[in-house]
Amino acid sequence: MKNNQSWIDKRFPLSKVWNEHLAEYYTPRNFNFWYFFGGLAILMLGMQFLTGIFLTMHYKPDSANAFASVEYIMRDVEWGWLVRYLHSTGASAFFVVIYLHMYRALLYGSYKGPRELLWILGMVLYIALMAEAFFGYVLPWGQMSFWGAQVIISLFGSVPVIGPDLLVWLLGDYAVGDAALNRFFSLHVIALPLILVVLVFLHLVALHHVGSNNPDGIEIKENKDKDGIPKDGIPFHPYFTIKDSMVVVGFLWLLCAVIFYAPALNGYFLEYANFVEANPLKTPEHIAPLWYLTPFYSVLRAIPPLFGSQFPGVLAMGAALLIFFALPWLDRSPVKSIRYRSSIYKWALGIFVVSFIMLGWLGVQPVTPVNALLARIFTALYFAFFILMPWYTSIGKTKEVPARVTE
Amino acid sequence: MSEQTIDLKKRRFLTNATGVVGAVGVGFAAWPFLSTWKPSAKTKAAGAPVDVDISKLESGQLVRVLWRKKPVWIFKRDESALDALNSEDLINKLADPNGTGNSKNQQPNYVTSNYRSIVNKESVAVIVGVCTHLGCSPTYRPEPGASDLGGDSWKGGFYCPCHGSKFDLAGRVYAGVPAPTNLEIPPYQYVTDSLIRIGIDQTNT
Repeated sequence: MKNNQSWIDKRFPLSKVWNEHLAEYYTPRNFNFWYFFGGLAILMLGMQFLTGIFLTMHYKPDSANAFASVEYIMRDVEWGWLVRYLHSTGASAFFVVIYLHMYRALLYGSYKGPRELLWILGMVLYIALMAEAFFGYVLPWGQMSFWGAQVIISLFGSVPVIGPDLLVWLLGDYAVGDAALNRFFSLHVIALPLILVVLVFLHLVALHHVGSNNPDGIEIKENKDKDGIPKDGIPFHPYFTIKDSMVVVGFLWLLCAVIFYAPALNGYFLEYANFVEANPLKTPEHIAPLWYLTPFYSVLRAIPPLFGSQFPGVLAMGAALLIFFALPWLDRSPVKSIRYRSSIYKWALGIFVVSFIMLGWLGVQPVTPVNALLARIFTALYFAFFILMPWYTSIGKTKEVPARVTE
Repeated sequence: MSEQTIDLKKRRFLTNATGVVGAVGVGFAAWPFLSTWKPSAKTKAAGAPVDVDISKLESGQLVRVLWRKKPVWIFKRDESALDALNSEDLINKLADPNGTGNSKNQQPNYVTSNYRSIVNKESVAVIVGVCTHLGCSPTYRPEPGASDLGGDSWKGGFYCPCHGSKFDLAGRVYAGVPAPTNLEIPPYQYVTDSLIRIGIDQTNT
């Protein structure tokens, strides 16, 4: 055994990688509930790969056959329904995990220096994941697939000057159809999964270089013992590998409960109109994207056309997403964790979370004058969280941060 | 060779020059791949005109056909609907009632201004049923006074379920809704009194 290991180590740095990233990778000992979601995101990525590979064996990326092939998977392929629901409900579960993971970063200031690049890589991952989810939702070729694609792709058509030509290029046709479905399939099963894997790798490299933040927002590397090991750190393996395995069991238990008893979650994870085949002649009475995209969709709808163009709304939606990238530089607070922040920051974060959830809720509601007004108010509050951040994080009294992590 | 010092300036120039040439090469190599996304020859050939028989079209009835993969509506308006299209009350609520502003490219020049249909065939409208906002197909709501669309101020028209844009029965957009322009009128002609050909312009007779 020992000989085998040294044979490999001479040719491949197995022990070195194992120690650097697991056995001797020191993680803050005060991790709490909010630190489960990074690991769970990896789990969900793996599950989407596994189920996706098997769905691809039965699915047909052809506008004449796509809808029927998904129904074939659901009815005629043995256990096909389970693989399909694991994939479709899994996509929503993935976003639940990602949103909680991102909220953790807001709670404990995990985007602040030296983790700016870690945060930016995470945001790129988030956007790539939204693209992946959008392309995936088009594939079953139901009514929502078709009209969702129509709306999202039309956003590019509103770009001044080049918009209409760009639209035709993206669709490969003058309307959403077979050409678009086929290329979205390719992007969904090859291009974006590859990009996601590379980004996850880079995200982890950056994480292991700077080390994890923790609920106290203290850099454990600043307090090492005589062997150079952080006093508040414990090895990732076996401590957190074991703990995370328990979390995985609990999480999968919850996920299975949803998949077995409410796979469409009352229209939130799979919309009813998507059980009807795509019909280019008729838009469903009410269309909305899936829940994880609706906050940005609400921002889009909140902005009226200006100068005879829809483009300002598209820009606002893009800005709502891109402004996250500036977070590390907008936050001027001397402390990282919410535990030691001023109360004005706690209020700001609370208002932001409410705005985000309200925008998400409004995104699935039909447009009424009251809803349009609410969407505008919450859009303003959403942007205020970021734009006013340099001001409200530099005033207000922060608490003193202890030298060592607390339990 | 042995006594020579390394000329870093020359080396940097050569590196940069190689990089620039390489980038141009990548650009040329990318072109075929990006071009595969353009509509194929087969797709381009599929945009043939469509004939629609309107001899059985009742007043108030709307039929949908696909032309260049887009829904096109053919519908018949009655006298009161046509009168409503001329009313000041309605015109004041529209963003571009004459189709001369932002909507100037949304209709061929041979359709009349308020009805947006061919002369002497005022009752029949032919409109591309694609919302000019984000491409949904609006719902046909011809009944005046529909309570969910503003009650008495609603003169009949189209309502887009996606983002709430409103259009009148000539496809003209209301002011203050997300859609920026009027609905598109496709090129069309009457082959006979009861046969419309969509996709070919009206010739002067």
